[in-house]
Amino acid sequence: MQLYTLTVHQLSELMAQKKISSVELINAYLERSSKIEHKIQAFITHTKEEALAQARIVDAKRMQGEELSPLAGIPVAINDNICTAGLKTTCASNILNSYIPPADATVVTRLKNAGSILIGKTNMDEFGMGSSTEYSAFTPTKNPYALEAVPGGSSGGSAAAVAAGEAAFALGSDTAGDIRQPAAFCGVLGLKPTYGYVPRTGLISYASSLDQIGPLARDITDLALILNAILGHDPKDSTSATVDVPDFKAGLVNDVKGLRIGLPKEYMEAGVEGKVAAKIQEAVKQLEDMGAICVEVSLPHTEYAVAAHYIISCAEASSNLARYDGVRYGLRVEAEDVLSMFMQTRSQGFGDEVKRRVLLGTHVLSSASYDEYYTQALKVRTLNKQDFDQVWTQVDCLLTPASLTTAFKIGEKAQDALAMYLSNFCTIPVNLAGLPALTLPFGLADGMPVGLQLIARHFDEQTLLRVGYSLEQNTDQTSLKPDLDRE
Amino acid sequence: MRIKAEDVEKLALMSRLELTEEEKAAYTESLNASLDYMHSLTKLVTDTVEPAVHVLPMVNVFREDRVEIGLDHKQALANAPEAEAGSFKVPRIV
Repeated sequence: MQLYTLTVHQLSELMAQKKISSVELINAYLERSSKIEHKIQAFITHTKEEALAQARIVDAKRMQGEELSPLAGIPVAINDNICTAGLKTTCASNILNSYIPPADATVVTRLKNAGSILIGKTNMDEFGMGSSTEYSAFTPTKNPYALEAVPGGSSGGSAAAVAAGEAAFALGSDTAGDIRQPAAFCGVLGLKPTYGYVPRTGLISYASSLDQIGPLARDITDLALILNAILGHDPKDSTSATVDVPDFKAGLVNDVKGLRIGLPKEYMEAGVEGKVAAKIQEAVKQLEDMGAICVEVSLPHTEYAVAAHYIISCAEASSNLARYDGVRYGLRVEAEDVLSMFMQTRSQGFGDEVKRRVLLGTHVLSSASYDEYYTQALKVRTLNKQDFDQVWTQVDCLLTPASLTTAFKIGEKAQDALAMYLSNFCTIPVNLAGLPALTLPFGLADGMPVGLQLIARHFDEQTLLRVGYSLEQNTDQTSLKPDLDRE
Repeated sequence: MRIKAEDVEKLALMSRLELTEEEKAAYTESLNASLDYMHSLTKLVTDTVEPAVHVLPMVNVFREDRVEIGLDHKQALANAPEAEAGSFKVPRIV
């Protein structure tokens, strides 16, 4: 039995039965990392000593008979744009490469309260701007299924770490599919909760109306346990929703009988790869065999979602990233006068893609272009939302590919910013509408994981988990493991 | 509406970025590629559509006006590239 391949709930049970200790578990993960991390490069920072110290504390509590959360003693990786007190948080950017946050993000506090062990901070596209981790200022992360392929992005380090057995679960952030697309590329599960359901306090902002923190894990039960720990209102985040959080673990059901599942035709007509389409058809058949009612539906404005999202995210980024000025934190490049200091700091601190999006955002917000681009994008955002509102009168959830293709090769899209952005075609409409969505693996095509995406109504994460759980319990396609020991 | 190198220069100044001539040329080309794509939205007639500002119907988020312990001075300045006398220090402005 390899501990690094087990799920959180399996590990939790082993610890509850005192078959393993948290220290043994952390050591198993550290040993796994020492063997494969040089191939994957999922981490920016590892927290070896501190992780072991925390594990000893959890073990001591367990020995004393204290009642512990199912996440206690479990190693978690945190995306490097989520603040960790006293631990470097870089956003994979040179402008923050020595930034040490004074406080934990709310989600980190919640996981620490549950006893989870922070094992490291994971690599990403700089500030979340990218879909492959190739735009990390430090190093690209590799896909555990094929080292020449990207792990997806921007939370690619988190997805690769969970897939490769370097963390039992991870938290990433999702602005355009940045949890779901890498989860799909790396054969793990990823969930973007409803906008506002998870507090963003301590998440370093990229596009605030689209950003959302969420989990990456190895099965549905694990996702339910993580949601139980991280969801819920935080008064420090004024966009955080005051909605009750159900017990997602207790609510897991293996039953989709009579559930109406919509298949949006615009996704299947958007140039989905044949081998991906075949797997989607297989999943539809499986769901129908289990009693679900699958019907074709239409989201007519889907083709405009990427352009609207691109405008809105760049506009918000240009404003959010104005804070990096070499004064309060981060890099400063010394210069004679203050304007030159600002300009040189930002020019040396930001990577090419970040500069590009800041320039684009500044352009679409400038008075001559505002109505043509920005206002029009916000109107299309309304149309996108109305499309979803319309289908919710017909179905309970939607099934789409997580991505039109399996993981692409490193270097394939890095020079073509628009092609990179378009690789999030399937995931972007969800962020615009603030909906919850889950991606889960559904077998391999030519050796690479294929991902399904499920989308539900606002605050209806339970339906996502229900469909995912039913697929998981009735097929062997949702649990994948890469073979990293091959030469 | 396509942008030219001098537009990129203006955007760079507004964005507080310094670009080399080579970068200006490269960004002009790549920004135009993105803007051409974004321009596809103008095909949609949206005269009667309200712009979406929030995805959830949240208004007037208030909280109790209570004193809480925040960051202390030392913590707030801990990441400052340069600090002096309890303040962030910047190059001379006037």
